[in-house]
Amino acid sequence: MITMPQSVYDEIVAHALRDNPIEACGYLAGINGEVKYAIPMKNTDASNEHFSFDPQEQFDAFKKTQKEGLRLISVYHSHPETPARPSEEDIRLAYDPNVSYIIVSLAAETPDMKSFIIKNKTVEKEEINII
Amino acid sequence: MKLTINGDVKEIKDGIVLSELLVIENVEMPEMVSVQLNDEFLKQGEYQTITLKENDEINFLYFMGGGA
Repeated sequence: MITMPQSVYDEIVAHALRDNPIEACGYLAGINGEVKYAIPMKNTDASNEHFSFDPQEQFDAFKKTQKEGLRLISVYHSHPETPARPSEEDIRLAYDPNVSYIIVSLAAETPDMKSFIIKNKTVEKEEINII
Repeated sequence: MKLTINGDVKEIKDGIVLSELLVIENVEMPEMVSVQLNDEFLKQGEYQTITLKENDEINFLYFMGGGA
């Protein structure tokens, strides 16, 4: 289970809506499954079907959270036109076993957010506890 | 020797090259990680030639991307 403040949930949704139809993406900083804040990242693919992080921006986020005693515990991205479930590409590219993968879908009228643990190409749904 | 790996200080045997360290750190696909040694990006081709030294700081992050 991952615990997330309502303010962070709202920020992720706002980011997804702001960047729509481009996929929005970012890290979530936290510790022990508790999200502290979101780190919006640039989608270097600038696509409605793909996203990639910029390595320099990744290291900047990593070092910032390290200094704060936090970790990068989740990665989020939006699906502008498809449901909140990992695509084949999402699963294939989920190399980092140390994060959960959050997807916010804008396919329906109301944004839908779900979290997943993806290890060895196996997907397991993770509960999001909003506080 | 002592190395700082992704923020954690660890005792690692002397004389290893970076590619060996990635194996120790359970990185199954080293071509999918970006590595900084003492805040400098390394090229993939350097992983097998760079010998690590006492107090080196190594950070590695996985490529992050996906689809829809």
